[in-house]
Amino acid sequence: MSVRVFMSADAAAASVGADAVARAVSNEAARRGVAIDIVRTGSRGLLWLEPLVEVETAQGRVAYGPVRPGDVASLFDAGFLNGAPHALAHGRVDDLPLFARQRRLTFARVGVCDPLSFNDYLETGGLRGLDRARAMGADAVIEEISASGLRGRGGAGFPAAIKWRTARDAQASRKYVVLNADEGDSGTFADRMVMEGDPFLIIEGIAICAFAIGADRGVIYIRSEYPRAIGVMNEALRIARREKLLSAAFDIEVRVGAGAYVCGEETALLESIEGKRGQVRAKPPLPAVQGLFGKPTIIHNVLTIAAAPTILRDGGAAYASHGMGRSRGSMPFQLAGNVKRGGLYELPFGVTIRELVFDIGGGTASGRPVRAVQVGGPLGAYFPESLFDTPLDYESMAQAGGLLGHGGVVVFDDTVDMAAQARFAFEFCAVESCGKCTPCRIGSTRGVELIDKITAGVEREKNLALADDLLTLMTDASLCALGGLTPMPVGSALKHFPEDFTGRAMRSAAE
Amino acid sequence: MAGRAGESFDVQEAERIALAEVAHARAFYGEDGAGATPLLPILHALQEAFGYIDPAAQPMIARLLNISQAEVRGVISFYHDFRTEPGACATLKLCMAEACQARGSSRIVDYMKARHDLRLGEDAPDGKLAVEAVYCLGNCALGPAALLGDALIGALDEARVDELVTEARR
Repeated sequence: MSVRVFMSADAAAASVGADAVARAVSNEAARRGVAIDIVRTGSRGLLWLEPLVEVETAQGRVAYGPVRPGDVASLFDAGFLNGAPHALAHGRVDDLPLFARQRRLTFARVGVCDPLSFNDYLETGGLRGLDRARAMGADAVIEEISASGLRGRGGAGFPAAIKWRTARDAQASRKYVVLNADEGDSGTFADRMVMEGDPFLIIEGIAICAFAIGADRGVIYIRSEYPRAIGVMNEALRIARREKLLSAAFDIEVRVGAGAYVCGEETALLESIEGKRGQVRAKPPLPAVQGLFGKPTIIHNVLTIAAAPTILRDGGAAYASHGMGRSRGSMPFQLAGNVKRGGLYELPFGVTIRELVFDIGGGTASGRPVRAVQVGGPLGAYFPESLFDTPLDYESMAQAGGLLGHGGVVVFDDTVDMAAQARFAFEFCAVESCGKCTPCRIGSTRGVELIDKITAGVEREKNLALADDLLTLMTDASLCALGGLTPMPVGSALKHFPEDFTGRAMRSAAE
Repeated sequence: MAGRAGESFDVQEAERIALAEVAHARAFYGEDGAGATPLLPILHALQEAFGYIDPAAQPMIARLLNISQAEVRGVISFYHDFRTEPGACATLKLCMAEACQARGSSRIVDYMKARHDLRLGEDAPDGKLAVEAVYCLGNCALGPAALLGDALIGALDEARVDELVTEARR
């Protein structure tokens, strides 16, 4: 019987050579006349170990990594097909401390199964949530979601059950479920990983939501920067149609974005599907009442929908037993930037920044001291070391002047120039602004100019006061989170790292 | 999406491509599929087929969707992905967002300028490879990241830049 070898086909793994390693393993096995069966999976999320090779043995799946094509012959020589020791061996992935401490509810299958094997999906508990949902009826489904405490994972943290109830109660000829897979926040990749690693989970989640609210069409809006995810989702949809999970009565299509960050804002995304410029709509009306084409629409982030099958299968109470305070369940945290052990770690809410960055991440990749950590993407706050004991949950982050966002955590070492980061936040806002509201469209450009004046030492006190005014105005008067939250990275940089904003002229004079 | 740049833009062929998207939108969205609904899929399909979206296609698209040419042009200009003239054979999309900044993406920009005369957002000096900034490719733990065609590249360093440039300019 041939030995099964598991390797990630995830885009991040491929970016560091996983496809080449898979070819090398296949060629080396052929050369040696050994029968192996290579299964391409999603990624386990231990990205610093990619390309990771796992071999199925009597003791379980033994892992080796990071494997380069040049290591393959020595792995065969060492007898890795029997799980033998090697310099790159890590034992069983499930036993690794960084893996064992996780609560992989949403990512249970990612990195384990062939993402496009419908059989694997069924054998690992797939569709049980949908079956149970259909058996209990729509109102009971919404009760179950309510009991789970599930909140929107895109950043706003709005209770999912309230959205579902609103859309269910709305009367309309047609309703939609829209999946926001326009994951544009730097430091986040969980949506991409679950799409590439467990696409049927997403289809099942949309089907559960559609059943609960009475929708017959689903749309998955994926950013064009994710070609692999687009390919995997489209293939999974074809298989789901073949398996009669989808039909003319309930169908889902993929829509591809076109390089506009603001389309991650839910109403801009709806405009984009309608074939328009991705400009933000004023709310209300809420999308659950008048969304896509003016019809009641549930729009959720990928991770929110991907939690639904688990909640329906195991019950809302089981899901709610994880987490802290009003943040229930687990969050796939994405640890990125200048960090030694970057990757995706699905943990209960409440882990602190320090635990994530040091215990799990191992500090910086450069070996220099950590100076700042940005949580929640480009619109999230920069935290200094003094705030690293803040727990990562919605309420604690808000109290500390930040936001959890989509769970991205980006680490910077002591070479970072926080004035440059603040300037970049304004610049990014200027590039990506949809242009509809003035505080965002004009304020972002004025902001870049202000930071330049401050760092050049031009009328410093006056311009700092002006910057403070600008941040208040953008926060209060912008239509959406892009203009409304750009003040968060800028303001936190000014507040926690004022020394970086002293005039450059003054600094060089002092040296 | 990798476009086949350099081919001439055939408006009749473009219309056939657009009509297929119009039919798909009607089939999937019903009455909601009328009007501008198929516009983004049409633009993607045309850029995939021809490498860019020739302005000569705009009246045809406006007519098929029963919208104004201004609306078509407005959408094309709003989205960063769409091009209205043929570009370089290949474009390296370099991530300049925070996580890749933290891993030294600006060092890569400086190196490409100094060593290969490649500047962010400018036309390719030799018509073969251009470099443009993008903001996040979802490879934030393994940056600096870049996208060349559909291939995601991680842990980009000076040696890998040399390889990519040599390959593209061959």
